Amino acid sequence: MKRVSAKRATREAKLLLVGIPVFLWTMLPIYYLFLFSISPKETIFAGKLWPDHPTLHNFEVVFGQKHHYLSHFWLHLFNSLVISVAVGVLTLIVATGAAFAISRLKVIGGRTIMNLALFTYFIPAAFLAVPMYKTMGNYGLLNNQWALILAMVTIASPYAIWVLKQASDKLPYELDEAARIDGASPLQLFRLVYLPLMMPSLVAIGTYALLLAWNEYLYAFLLLSNDRQITLSVALGNFLAADDSPWELLMTTGLVYALPPAAIYYAFRRYMVSGLTAGAVKA
Amino acid sequence: MSTLALPESRSALPAGPAKRRLSPWQAWGMIMIAPYVLVFVVFVLYPVGYGLWLARHPQSYVHLFEDPVFARSVVNTLVFLIVGINLKMVVALFLSGFFVQAQAWIKWLSLLFILPWAVPSIPTILSFRFMLNPEWGIINSLIFRFTGEDGPNWLNDPTLALSMAILVHIWKSLPFWTLILLAGRMAIPSELYEAASVDGATGWQKFKFITWPSMQTLYLTSTILSMIWTLGDFNSVYLLTGGGPADLTHVLATLGIRYLRLDQVDLSMAAIVVAMPLVLPLVFFMMRRLSR
Repeated sequence: MKRVSAKRATREAKLLLVGIPVFLWTMLPIYYLFLFSISPKETIFAGKLWPDHPTLHNFEVVFGQKHHYLSHFWLHLFNSLVISVAVGVLTLIVATGAAFAISRLKVIGGRTIMNLALFTYFIPAAFLAVPMYKTMGNYGLLNNQWALILAMVTIASPYAIWVLKQASDKLPYELDEAARIDGASPLQLFRLVYLPLMMPSLVAIGTYALLLAWNEYLYAFLLLSNDRQITLSVALGNFLAADDSPWELLMTTGLVYALPPAAIYYAFRRYMVSGLTAGAVKA
Repeated sequence: MSTLALPESRSALPAGPAKRRLSPWQAWGMIMIAPYVLVFVVFVLYPVGYGLWLARHPQSYVHLFEDPVFARSVVNTLVFLIVGINLKMVVALFLSGFFVQAQAWIKWLSLLFILPWAVPSIPTILSFRFMLNPEWGIINSLIFRFTGEDGPNWLNDPTLALSMAILVHIWKSLPFWTLILLAGRMAIPSELYEAASVDGATGWQKFKFITWPSMQTLYLTSTILSMIWTLGDFNSVYLLTGGGPADLTHVLATLGIRYLRLDQVDLSMAAIVVAMPLVLPLVFFMMRRLSR
């Protein structure tokens, strides 16, 4: 009896030996971000682990746009939001239609298009960035938020189509047959049978595309440069490039920018994990 | 199965109307797939074609191979892939064995552990940048407090700077791969482990004869996919080191932007074309895996 509990204690100690470093490793950069945001300007260079006088002053400056680097903070936040939502919605429309056509309607050439989409998905997005930039220039879309929205839809769609196709392949084909025999039109099948059954995957994919756009930096800074058009991520990048950056405000803005995606992730965690990892595990 | 079901349902109906009936389904299929085809043609096919057109001059490749930054970027990219990814995947495999444990505190830790992946990279990379500041960053403060010596100038030494970029990359993507491998581990029937325990197998033997054989395909796929994604990891390098010091920490993902900044778009495209022999085999491997 005693030996069993001793054994259990060593086992627990071994687990802690892994758990504590994992905790520190994960949390240190995030904690540092938080630490900066509640530290007064004078003490951030002191290398302390907790400020002597924690303050919310930095948030006041950021939310009040009281620094010239932050004069468009709310506009940039709004731009990020509008672009992310647009990307989420457009990706859903494009990908749901394509997945339905390929998986349920067995459209001619569907398999080829699925393969082309997969090919696009596997080409690293950073390699497509320069051609995309030149293309948007040719289309006259540079500095227009549509350029970023369309570029992000292009990047998000292939994976979205693939996940939705995998999910819709699992729906029983008898449903379609029954609908056809009852004389339903393809649109009725889509609206009344397909969409309701696919809801969990649609939530996962919408969230995926939305977060992808919110987090994007490379494409955003290539395609947008006008101070009234840029997203918060580009504003943060510009902020960093300046020599006299007020670092505590930069970190505070960064924290504000990081909170919505973290919150969305935790809120939709169940959908995200099952929806997005299912494919990878199957492979 | 579904392709078999289709002719059956057709033969069940009278032949005449069935034929006419089938075409609206195809028509709707084409209408519904059209938006993606349009996106693909306008924003993938055209840019790729245009990029290849820009990269058509042999002279660009001569310039490219004469540029020492290009050679250095290729080496850095290979180091990033070979050292960074293997390290990351081995740690992820190890940690998946940790997070599979049933203790409540481990479940809570796993919720926190996912944070680096759930938050955008810019703020956390900025945080890393400040932590690594040689004068007042937390890392060197701690080094000074414990040893009395000044810590290194992390981002000013090319080797250290590249190592830090790899570390940032690992910090960001380790949770995702741990999660994937954890899902793989949970799919292994627990009876196998119970039977092995009864036979007196050690932990290492269980790993070698049960865990690894059932996970090696997933592990390989994950490694390849991670390589592809890492090739495109622009942020970890660009936001941490900016390619510096002296353009010595560029990787292929940041090189294109460097040439764009220098107004040498043809070199930028040529660099991407030259990288294709590295990328395409990985891409075709993944496509064969996923399109089965």
